[in-house]
Amino acid sequence: MLTVRGICRSFGDHRVLDEVSFDVRPGRMTGFLGANGSGKTTTMRIVLGVLAAHGGSVSWHGKPVTPADRPHFGYMPEERGLYPKMKVREQITWLGRLHGVDRTTAQRNTDQLLDDLELTERAGDRLEQLSLGNQQRVQIAAALVHDPDVLILDEPFSGLDPIAVETVLDVLRKRAANGVPVLFSSHQLAIVERLCDDVVIISKGRIAAAGSREELRDRHATARYEIVVAEDAGWIRDVPGTTILDLDGPRAVFEHEPQRVLAEAVRRGEVRSFTPVVPTLDEIFKEVI
Amino acid sequence: MAGTSSDRASFAQATWLVAEREMKTFVSSKGFWIGFLATIAGLFALTVLPTAFGGGAPLVAAVGSAVHAVQGKQLDVREVADVQAAADLVRADEVEAAVVPDGSGIRVLALNDPPNDVIRQLVAAPPVELLDPAAVDSGQRFVTVLVFGLVFLMFGMGGAAIAQSTVTEKQTRIVEILVSTVPVRALLAGKILGHVLLTFGQVLVLALAAPIALRVAGLSELLAVVVPALGWFVPFLMFGFVLISSMWAVAGALVSRQEDLGSTMGLVMLAVMGPYFGVQFFFDNPAVLAVLSFVPFTAGVAMPVRMFAQQAQPWEALVSLGLLAATVVVILLVAARLYTGSLLQTGARVKLSRAWAPAE
Repeated sequence: MLTVRGICRSFGDHRVLDEVSFDVRPGRMTGFLGANGSGKTTTMRIVLGVLAAHGGSVSWHGKPVTPADRPHFGYMPEERGLYPKMKVREQITWLGRLHGVDRTTAQRNTDQLLDDLELTERAGDRLEQLSLGNQQRVQIAAALVHDPDVLILDEPFSGLDPIAVETVLDVLRKRAANGVPVLFSSHQLAIVERLCDDVVIISKGRIAAAGSREELRDRHATARYEIVVAEDAGWIRDVPGTTILDLDGPRAVFEHEPQRVLAEAVRRGEVRSFTPVVPTLDEIFKEVI
Repeated sequence: MAGTSSDRASFAQATWLVAEREMKTFVSSKGFWIGFLATIAGLFALTVLPTAFGGGAPLVAAVGSAVHAVQGKQLDVREVADVQAAADLVRADEVEAAVVPDGSGIRVLALNDPPNDVIRQLVAAPPVELLDPAAVDSGQRFVTVLVFGLVFLMFGMGGAAIAQSTVTEKQTRIVEILVSTVPVRALLAGKILGHVLLTFGQVLVLALAAPIALRVAGLSELLAVVVPALGWFVPFLMFGFVLISSMWAVAGALVSRQEDLGSTMGLVMLAVMGPYFGVQFFFDNPAVLAVLSFVPFTAGVAMPVRMFAQQAQPWEALVSLGLLAATVVVILLVAARLYTGSLLQTGARVKLSRAWAPAE
């Protein structure tokens, strides 16, 4: 498990991170959410040792992360960059070897990744000859080629078309399924909602919320319910103590007195569905930041 | 799959991987080959062409009894009937000069200038005795200074590739991946090692080509003098190159974009140009040259030139080489700190004081 505890960082007088703490658990995809400038990238750069923290610690398996651990991390920086004039396959293999993988393994991993990411045809091209979307896939391959023990990906999906997003998702899910903790930042809440197991929300350099997706939903669940009946549901407004938030023919969203409404609905006829309204990540996000 | 990756690359492995990439990138660029082949061609031209153009005995026309005067000399003689015919040949520029009878002696006809090479053949030179013969005449020394200086200049400037490669890494931000993977010092060491090996390879080819060029040019006597000097030039050049390379790396690390590179290259250019111009200006002044040959930045050219001119003892060269090596160590340590301090700073040019400051 990757543990971040009490990380602080300032640039000049500006405090960018304030006591940031969270966990990235093995085998789970952890979404790191935050508005622009909230401190996501700074946090990730500190985890990777590219930037020094002014306080706090980053631990891997309970021990502070040392430079000897970091080659086992896979990192995709926010500002993408590989050698523009180096050929794709050569470049990924080289990065694998730089991370301590022997040449044969690095070549095998490279070929597998290029295949998974549908880049095999471009293997012999120089990076600069590829479209931006394809360059982004190469960047993913670069982060994965050494079979990292931890994955830290800064905005891995930005700039990808929906099909590419699925391709990359598949690759990342495979890693997570193998027990690798994956931390990825994103501002595309829909993707995070669909993809992540755990969520960390950062706002103005502080952790605003963290936990599994379900925990967060439960914690931020409102007292709202949705009911669908056979006929018009307008009668709900007459149930004492209840407030209708949305009414659309047989479907209604309301607050308060759920049992009384349900009993009345059953008495009146068929109930097609009755569910507590689960907040979307979008709603939780807006609520906590 | 987690945890299956083998152990982290050692410092040496990381350095070598970086060096390998630098060399591959450089060797696969067109500019490298164009520059290198041009240098070899230039070397041959410099040694072979003067002999090729200047070669051959002068062509003269000779009339009547004057023919006896030119026989047995290193002159290509063409006998003509009379003085008028000889003068016509001179006017038509078909011969360099005409030798015609003049009373009991001879007279030389030429067009604009006295034909010195012809005259020299016709007069008896007095015997000359040199009390302290110079091993190398000044013309040969001049050529050697020029060649050593140019080679140093060329490789010194070639080190700019290190600065460019560093800026590329900063500009594309791949530096973040590199720094999170291997020690910054391994990056620096790898870059310098890669370019030193490349330069060494090129110097080796040039050092092998130079004797061939001299032999082709028929300057075998010069060869005997040049070879020992080359033996000194190579180690001096290599140490000098490491010195300059580390400075190039810092120049690259201080800026974030290729366009800004010019602003930090000044000092390095000075370190490259300094020895070149210093030795070109002062090669006839043994005192200044002696001083230059011990200053680490100029020793790279000055000392081999002194060795070539046989103005310095081998122990002097060894002392100078030792000084140079010590300076290389100091500069490398300073450069490593500056490189580390500036590599991850992006945006405007990093001030040296800020690069030197301990990491925040």
